[in-house]
Amino acid sequence: MSASASEIGVPTAIAAFGGDGPAPVRIVVGYGFWIFLLSDIIMFSALFAAYAVLSGQTDGGPTPHSLFELKHVAIETLCLLFSSYTCGLGSLFIERRRLKLFFILFAATFALGAIFLSLEFSEFAGMLAQGAGPSRSAFLSSFFSLVGLHGAHVTVGLLWLAFMMAQVAAQGPRAYVLRRILCFSLFWHALDIIWVAVMSLVYLMGARI
Amino acid sequence: MIDSVRHSSTEDLAPGDRQSHSASIAAYTVGLGFALLLTAASFIVSQAHLLWEPGVAVGLAVLAIAQMGVHLVFFLHLNSGPDNTNNVLALAFGILIVTLVVSGSLWIMANLNGNMIPHSVLMEMQR
Repeated sequence: MSASASEIGVPTAIAAFGGDGPAPVRIVVGYGFWIFLLSDIIMFSALFAAYAVLSGQTDGGPTPHSLFELKHVAIETLCLLFSSYTCGLGSLFIERRRLKLFFILFAATFALGAIFLSLEFSEFAGMLAQGAGPSRSAFLSSFFSLVGLHGAHVTVGLLWLAFMMAQVAAQGPRAYVLRRILCFSLFWHALDIIWVAVMSLVYLMGARI
Repeated sequence: MIDSVRHSSTEDLAPGDRQSHSASIAAYTVGLGFALLLTAASFIVSQAHLLWEPGVAVGLAVLAIAQMGVHLVFFLHLNSGPDNTNNVLALAFGILIVTLVVSGSLWIMANLNGNMIPHSVLMEMQR
């Protein structure tokens, strides 16, 4: 092999990957998870469209205005917003290897998420007790599928969060653990974005109908 | 593993990655403040009679989109930097599909609604 091959061939091969070789695992993992989140948001958009079309079809049953309690919704919104904040700060501190602060902030995230879920469950239970279950009208079917799917995501997120805290406790802040925490915080922030749409379209608009 | 947190100005950023660590606590706090303000504005617009009645829906939609933007920029750290191009392009494609699904469904269903035979006429025909 001549000297010119190593001088010309290798830099060309590197240039094909965009400058300095293939992207680090963290970038690839984060990007892949970002694509998953976008597809999740597209799935939610179908349910949002269904709700927007069906929200007026109450079949003589309870209307959005009579069912929704905005004080409830305001507390739920604040819980999710502050849990997003604590989650972001927690993932920041684990990267700085400040484990104690990470555990405090992620425990706060878990607590706020759990308060959100319990409020949502009590809202659903109250509606079911009034006979306003998902089978009552097209409006309620689409309401329970949209808000229920978001609640299911939050439930999965809480399980994932508890799992990540256990993993950090057991294995420390290793590279793959940090990558999973990056993905979790992306997931949690995306759930908050979806909740903004739920709050505006379902609750705030609904309270006016 | 060396790939954990290696930031240089030439390499791509993972979604959710921030460029400097010192600025990011401040960024999260500013984002939280903006989000709280926009949430409060949404609740006020929907409850108080500040806006012209038919304009309230538009007002709520604008506030919601603004708040999603705040979340994307301050919590997910999406920006217009060159190392963020892939993430922003993927997001743009997602927004395109979401817009098509939502506005297309509303448009088609409104049209179908307009073309339906009114209930009273239908009853008349069955007689």
